[in-house]
Amino acid sequence: MSQSLLKVVDLQKYFPVRGGLLHRVKAQVRAVDGISFELQRERTLGLVGESGCGKSTLGRAVLRLTEPTGGDVLLNGESVIGLSKEELKAKRREMQIIYQDPYASLSPRRLVGDTIREPLDVHGIGTPSERRAKVDELLDIVGLRKQALSRYPHEFSGGQRQRIGIARALALNPSFIVADEPVSALDVSVQSQVLNVIARLQREHGISFLFISHDLAVIQHVSDDVGVMYLGRLVEFASSVDLYREPKHPYTRALMSAIPVPDVKRKSKRIVLGGDVPSPMHPPGGCPFHPRCPDAMPQCKEVVPPKVNTGTADEPHFVRCHLYSDAGPPGVE
Amino acid sequence: MSSRDEQPLLSVRNLVIEFTTRYGPVRAVDGISFDVYPNETLGIVGESGCGKTVTGLSLLRLIPSPPGRIVRGEILLQGRDLTQLSEDEMQMLRGDEISMIFQEPMTALNPVLTVGTQMVDVLTRHRKLTRKQAKVVAIDMLSKVGIPVPNKRIDEYPHEMSGGMRQRVMIAMALSCSPKLLIADEPTTALDVTTQAQVLEQIVKLQDEFQMAVILITHDLGVVAETCQRALVMYCGEVIEVADIESLFERPRHPYSRGLLDSIPKLREEKLAELPIIPGMVPDLMHLPPGCRFGDRCSRATDECHLQRPQLDTGATLRNAVACFRPLD
Repeated sequence: MSQSLLKVVDLQKYFPVRGGLLHRVKAQVRAVDGISFELQRERTLGLVGESGCGKSTLGRAVLRLTEPTGGDVLLNGESVIGLSKEELKAKRREMQIIYQDPYASLSPRRLVGDTIREPLDVHGIGTPSERRAKVDELLDIVGLRKQALSRYPHEFSGGQRQRIGIARALALNPSFIVADEPVSALDVSVQSQVLNVIARLQREHGISFLFISHDLAVIQHVSDDVGVMYLGRLVEFASSVDLYREPKHPYTRALMSAIPVPDVKRKSKRIVLGGDVPSPMHPPGGCPFHPRCPDAMPQCKEVVPPKVNTGTADEPHFVRCHLYSDAGPPGVE
Repeated sequence: MSSRDEQPLLSVRNLVIEFTTRYGPVRAVDGISFDVYPNETLGIVGESGCGKTVTGLSLLRLIPSPPGRIVRGEILLQGRDLTQLSEDEMQMLRGDEISMIFQEPMTALNPVLTVGTQMVDVLTRHRKLTRKQAKVVAIDMLSKVGIPVPNKRIDEYPHEMSGGMRQRVMIAMALSCSPKLLIADEPTTALDVTTQAQVLEQIVKLQDEFQMAVILITHDLGVVAETCQRALVMYCGEVIEVADIESLFERPRHPYSRGLLDSIPKLREEKLAELPIIPGMVPDLMHLPPGCRFGDRCSRATDECHLQRPQLDTGATLRNAVACFRPLD
């Protein structure tokens, strides 16, 4: 396998919970609790999970938009964690982000043309005329008309605003983009348009995405590999084809069966989980999923399941679940 | 389900709802007609701004006025026209004969009262019950919607509960007076998929138990396919198609319904390079085309479509109808 574009090693992000008279740190919320994965060049990794599972925090920690508590992130072989502020700014040319809410992530007082050009200005790239040409090119890529440049964000629909956000993220020719729920705020007919823009960027511009979403169908459509998160941990990780053909973790299976499918012929059995996602402030011991798991066994309450490869060396399919962990003693990675 | 000759529980006829804006009046709902039969679940689907929420609110006369008002049309609940009732009469009807649940239970519940107080208020208002008796009923309702330890949780405040729990409380409250019709406006949109599955299952179960009709307003066609028997598809303030679920999903007749179904990413065997899309965007309600409102985005449109507004071909019943000059077969 060639050198991976992005390598995340045991990444952690804890948020302190303060309280009481002296505002002391009472507890830690382990939003991202020791996550490792690799993303190959020109591929897309889909990250799926429910609200509060830490998927957005992971995306932000990878870009150091929030400072990780521990672990390492390597982009093109170079650690992002050790970089100084100046170095990080330079590194940001290679890595960008697209946000969920196209209404909140664009400045309402700035012309669209200026917003898209801003990264070029900040990084001092090209002459003014070259920058203008670049902005025109970007508009073309995301499918907006030239007139858009001299308008304000409020004059656009949600889908068009998301295109503006994508154009801005593309301005510096990044090799890697974190897309955090980029289509969740959009209507279905617009969602498919924006997903097609993203698919074209993958194909024609060779950009790698870390694509975060709660929607398993959207994730399947865009991803080459998929990671499933639950309470700050990756509970399953495999190629998209493998994961959707044979989901291994009981949580992944429940998640898949819970999606309402727009098909009246499919009346498959649904696994309805009991209870809610536990508070990440007080995660259950052992496997964090055990209180809701239909297959829970006695050891699930006690022992954190190790990461087990149920696939092959070339086609790994990792899962953290005791159903598959008899391969080795607990605790062995 | 309901037989063909059954009388509808609710009939809406030629309903027009207008909002006054700075730029002039806007018709959020423009002449819609539909029927809801006893014990059925009718879905109302469409994208943002199509008028589905306004339709739901209007049935309980909850449209804020001004700026909104029902310009004309009838809302007949078992023959009684709700548009003609006084505000007092409407108050008696809301929560008793027709109930509604909303997308965000945190904003719909009162944050400074316990769940129990709010539920008891509803019950004592519509039923001749003492507060003590009402509390017993309320606890029973909470257990019916699947809230564990209801006699303890009834004394909690909404903020002490999770999103899924709050939505259950809303459902319990809405059903506490056994309404004939429940209007659910995006009841699971703010919830995670696993919680959504729980809540939808609960609604279906309770519908059976309480023998009520449900209007489920949603943008999620998957939710419609799994919970409704019939559905209306709305576009730009109009009903463009109404059909039973099998016909709608297997053989949609309006090109917009077809496009909407095609453009959803679905779990599938083969990954598609591109998703099918509906080109263009929804027209501005202030500047609607004279003909079919979907005409500019429709690949089947002819000159007739751009000049004349297609009407829902009502025929004998409103069970299956489409507003299109060139519907798909």
